Amino acid sequence: MTSTSFKHIGQRSIRPDGLDKVTGKARFGADYYLPGMLVGVVVRSPHPHATIKSIDTTAARAISGVKAVITAQDFPEISHEEAMSGESVVDFRDLSHNVMARDKVLYIGHPVAAIAATSQQAADAAAQALQVVYEIHPHVLNVDEAMASDAPILHSDLDPDGGEPTNIAKRHVFNRGDTKQGFARADVVIEREFTTKQVHQGYIEPHAVVADTGEDGRSVVWCSSQGHFLVRDQTAKVLGWERSRLKVIPAEIGGGFGGKTTIYLEPLAVLLSAKSGRPVKMVMSRDEVFMATGPGPGSRVRVKIGATSDGKITAAEVWMAFDAGAFKGSPVGAACQTVLAPYEIHDVSITGLDVVINTPKVAAYRAPGAPIGAFAAESVLDEIAEALSMDPIDLRYQNAVEEGSESTYGPTFKLIGFKETLEAIKEHPHYKATLGPNQGRGVACGFWFNAGLGSSATVSIHEDGTASVLTGSPDIGGSRASMALMAAEVLGIDETRIRPSIVDTDSIGFTDVTGGSRVTFATGMAVIEACGEIVEDLRGRAAMIWGAEPDDVEWQSGQAQHSDGSKPPLSLAEIAGSAAKTGGPIAATASLTARGVGPAFSTQVCDVEVDPDTGLVDILRYTTAQDAGRAIHPSYVEGQMQGGVVQGIGWALNEEYVYDDSGRMENPMFLDYRMPVASDLPMIDTVIVEVPNPGHPYGVRGVGEVGIVPPLAAIANAINGATDVRLRDLPMSPPRVVDALSSELNGATGTPAG
Amino acid sequence: MPYVAPSTIDEACDFLRSNPGSRVFAGATDILPQSKAGRRLPEFLVDLKRIPRLTGLNVDDKLWRIGASTPAAHLTRDSRLSGEFPGLVEAAGLIGSDQIQTRASLGGNLCNASPAADTGPSLVVNEFSAVIASPEGERTVPVTAITTGPGQTSLTNDEFIVEFLADRPAAGTSDAYQRFTPRTEMDIAVVGAGARVSVGPTGEVTNADLVLGAVAPTTVPIVGISDALVGRSLDEPGLERAADLAKEQIEPISDKRGTRDFRIHIAGVLTKRVLRTAAERAGAES
Amino acid sequence: MKTHVTCSVNGDPVEFLVDDSQTLLSALRDELKLTGVKEGCGTGDCGACSVLLNGELTCSCLVFAPEVQNSQVVTVEGLADPDNLHPLQAAFLEGAALQCGICTPGFLVAAKALLDRNPTPNEKEVRYAIAGNLCRCTGYDKIVRSILDVAADLASESETVGE
Repeated sequence: MTSTSFKHIGQRSIRPDGLDKVTGKARFGADYYLPGMLVGVVVRSPHPHATIKSIDTTAARAISGVKAVITAQDFPEISHEEAMSGESVVDFRDLSHNVMARDKVLYIGHPVAAIAATSQQAADAAAQALQVVYEIHPHVLNVDEAMASDAPILHSDLDPDGGEPTNIAKRHVFNRGDTKQGFARADVVIEREFTTKQVHQGYIEPHAVVADTGEDGRSVVWCSSQGHFLVRDQTAKVLGWERSRLKVIPAEIGGGFGGKTTIYLEPLAVLLSAKSGRPVKMVMSRDEVFMATGPGPGSRVRVKIGATSDGKITAAEVWMAFDAGAFKGSPVGAACQTVLAPYEIHDVSITGLDVVINTPKVAAYRAPGAPIGAFAAESVLDEIAEALSMDPIDLRYQNAVEEGSESTYGPTFKLIGFKETLEAIKEHPHYKATLGPNQGRGVACGFWFNAGLGSSATVSIHEDGTASVLTGSPDIGGSRASMALMAAEVLGIDETRIRPSIVDTDSIGFTDVTGGSRVTFATGMAVIEACGEIVEDLRGRAAMIWGAEPDDVEWQSGQAQHSDGSKPPLSLAEIAGSAAKTGGPIAATASLTARGVGPAFSTQVCDVEVDPDTGLVDILRYTTAQDAGRAIHPSYVEGQMQGGVVQGIGWALNEEYVYDDSGRMENPMFLDYRMPVASDLPMIDTVIVEVPNPGHPYGVRGVGEVGIVPPLAAIANAINGATDVRLRDLPMSPPRVVDALSSELNGATGTPAG
Repeated sequence: MPYVAPSTIDEACDFLRSNPGSRVFAGATDILPQSKAGRRLPEFLVDLKRIPRLTGLNVDDKLWRIGASTPAAHLTRDSRLSGEFPGLVEAAGLIGSDQIQTRASLGGNLCNASPAADTGPSLVVNEFSAVIASPEGERTVPVTAITTGPGQTSLTNDEFIVEFLADRPAAGTSDAYQRFTPRTEMDIAVVGAGARVSVGPTGEVTNADLVLGAVAPTTVPIVGISDALVGRSLDEPGLERAADLAKEQIEPISDKRGTRDFRIHIAGVLTKRVLRTAAERAGAES
Repeated sequence: MKTHVTCSVNGDPVEFLVDDSQTLLSALRDELKLTGVKEGCGTGDCGACSVLLNGELTCSCLVFAPEVQNSQVVTVEGLADPDNLHPLQAAFLEGAALQCGICTPGFLVAAKALLDRNPTPNEKEVRYAIAGNLCRCTGYDKIVRSILDVAADLASESETVGE
């Protein structure tokens, strides 16, 4: 199947929700105003680690205009219970304790109470008046401190090795083959150590919610999230409510990148609304977003890779410690699985530690964990290529996984397009362009599994021949357009006649989060299936009209055609117009768990210029090649590729959580948490590689995440190209670069892997 | 916190004298983020933008007058000012984004008294003075007399800056401002450097001044720059000497935006670059 | 005590009551329900709340609401005329210059301010003119291209007019 055989798929159509978004009409989380609405605020811990001795709400409640105050005692105590929630595992007890601290606060910003009042001023005054007595404990702010022998312990029930409680929540170990023998076969072995800091997803829209609880005790919730079913289910769990008591209506979402696959404000707003009997709106300020919502983890990583003189990798050992923030659940497991996944390596030993520290609990961030692993592994590979005087793409190509390769994390790959991305970069004019003084070029690769999970779609054909496509997948990056294009392809009508909508939890079957690069793949599959049923129905109705058998009817170009050509074709609109006579309304629903996920690979090349005096790294040129399987809407595929790259550039160069000694984040604002601005960047050139995923009717692979995996290493490798100095600590900010350039210690071997 | 917008200097002075809990402002680009960060708003917000004399640019045969509340964007759009004080205009063009520059003013930038304020070094190096209005009348002081420390000025609560004055630069004199930030825009100077250089008819340096920002509680005029550069064409040894002088005379702190050592290093780099740029603008051989 | 403010928003006369410490952003959103203006940070660092105040590009989160007495404010809701999108809005749609769309209103207002002042910017000028607007989804590529597309159209139109 080539893309030329499609009529709609592959078109750069105007997104159906676009008009509302360029005119200011689209309603995001904070854009809902209800009659009688109260303002809700959260009272947060000023200490990174403390026991709550008492909370006195008397003075807060006495303030005029205050309608409800809630604290830990308003929440049911629930036991540890781990479940898949969206892409990741959630422990509902931890979740509950994160949205409202119980006995202990574990980070600055941890909620200890919430207040609803008739005005912001009254709510703020009540927050000031609330009396909390704390007993302060020492705190730990990174994995090194947390794993020290005398470290203060955050949780009394974490002991993966069965001994005394520790801050190590979990140890992931994967061994295969014999790495000792593997390294013995190697002609070059390189081992290095890397560190990265916590970074934030940096969505521009702060978390926001409106909850309205009726007299019947049921609550309607408007909020922006990556999955309103997840919001419903997690909120119900935390409150001890039946799920059907909550209806969650998805607002437009102003960016998520994984950070909106959990709940923060929702149960507070629902409870405040239930207590006050009025709608309650809660909107985080930017500093609350930084100090109380999921950053991505910081880490320490060691990677050792051996290769023969002709460039065949013989063995690899990886040790990684990721911080999870205040509660267990960093993405270190995913990092273990992805870190070597692009390569055929039999003898591997991978260990990952999940470590709790006194910072906000980490949340998913685009290909969670994978960029950190790739930063380390792809930097070491670059050194091996250098040591062997090999082209870095040739080294990777020689070891690249392909169809039939057994992955380092277990499964055997089906048809994949990794080698094609390497070829695309090697053949790109960028790779051959000349470089000037102080300039360097780096390449790196990345892998991401992508997700399937559950999706539902309902398709209705209206009397006038237009169609509605309902799904439960919030649209963060143009996925409505993809749904319309795929539906158009199946139905054979123009996509402008199809209206895709994202509907509430009472109006469509369960649907997992918009995450794991899964919406176009999995929700698309549900749309295709429902549209397929519609086509079957339409063929049957045409047969009825013609007095023929359904098998005599073919569906082509949006028309029923009699196989012997004996009847004039019947258009979809004609059949729909007489639906009442042929069996009534035309609609179909599909709910499925999507199988056949196709993993994604990306290869990227980056040119930088390093100012040797100031350490400033200028990104001169950037090209990314990615296997999309099939680009349903190429513009939005490119957009995902470009956005992922630029988040990676920010992570590589300037983004980091800076904590002071007291555990307070020093830079909880966009001025000092330095995400890239337009003038920091060049155009990001894209090459969409299409190796169709055999597990999807149209060959779709997820495209959202893998783009952020290679940039950290690509930039580090490019800096090395420009300066002959390797940076192994993120961010590679000017002071770090200046230090590295002036340090003669560069190149020291890391300590042995543990 | 009632808002008042007096339309004359006298009206403003009267109000300030009778309402000691007032704070004057122009662009509000500092006061509003500060209130978000927890600092209390004053009892009265006194908007100075509606007083005609505080907004606008004027130049006669000898003197430039820049209204203290004039938005930075008006400075960057003024081709005469850019021709005569290119460094000051560069500094004004670095105060935040385009959105900020339509509001932020020289008076506000100076009186907010951030050590990292971009226009401070340029105002000082170009020897601007400030006309201060107070209930007792007007007085003129050098701009160096205004800021006394981070967030601190010598002005009393009932005083405000009306306008800035400077002599028009002589032929063969020009200025430059450069700062170092990790991002190209939307950032606070790790170090800022303003330079003014005069050159003689054969291109040799006849005078050079350098003022650094973000390296001490207030701007630091570096002593001895002229001695290092005067009488020679702009060469590397002279610039190295100037950089050493700069590094010796500053006392930066370490904070989230840069360590002390990094700031000292960058101060040296910027010293050379900004002096070279100013000298080239003044007509020196590069 | 609230202050009564009269001004023009998107060409319409409006009046509202505000606390003096309230921002223009809050007045637009909470009082006038013009929710196209977004709050991303409240400190002037993201540009999502950009408006034109008396023709000048401004962060509405950095303006006290009483300041706009007798002023003219233009928000994203005022860019299109009743029958036509502003060319920038059309270009953003055509060029897929938005993903989540939360920053889009601010970018459109900032881009309009740029083209009003400089109808033929080059790429660098565009990038610096929108540096006060953060976008976390797109990497800015398609936003910059869309603005340059409109600038190119304006240039060719003015040539046509000139002929």
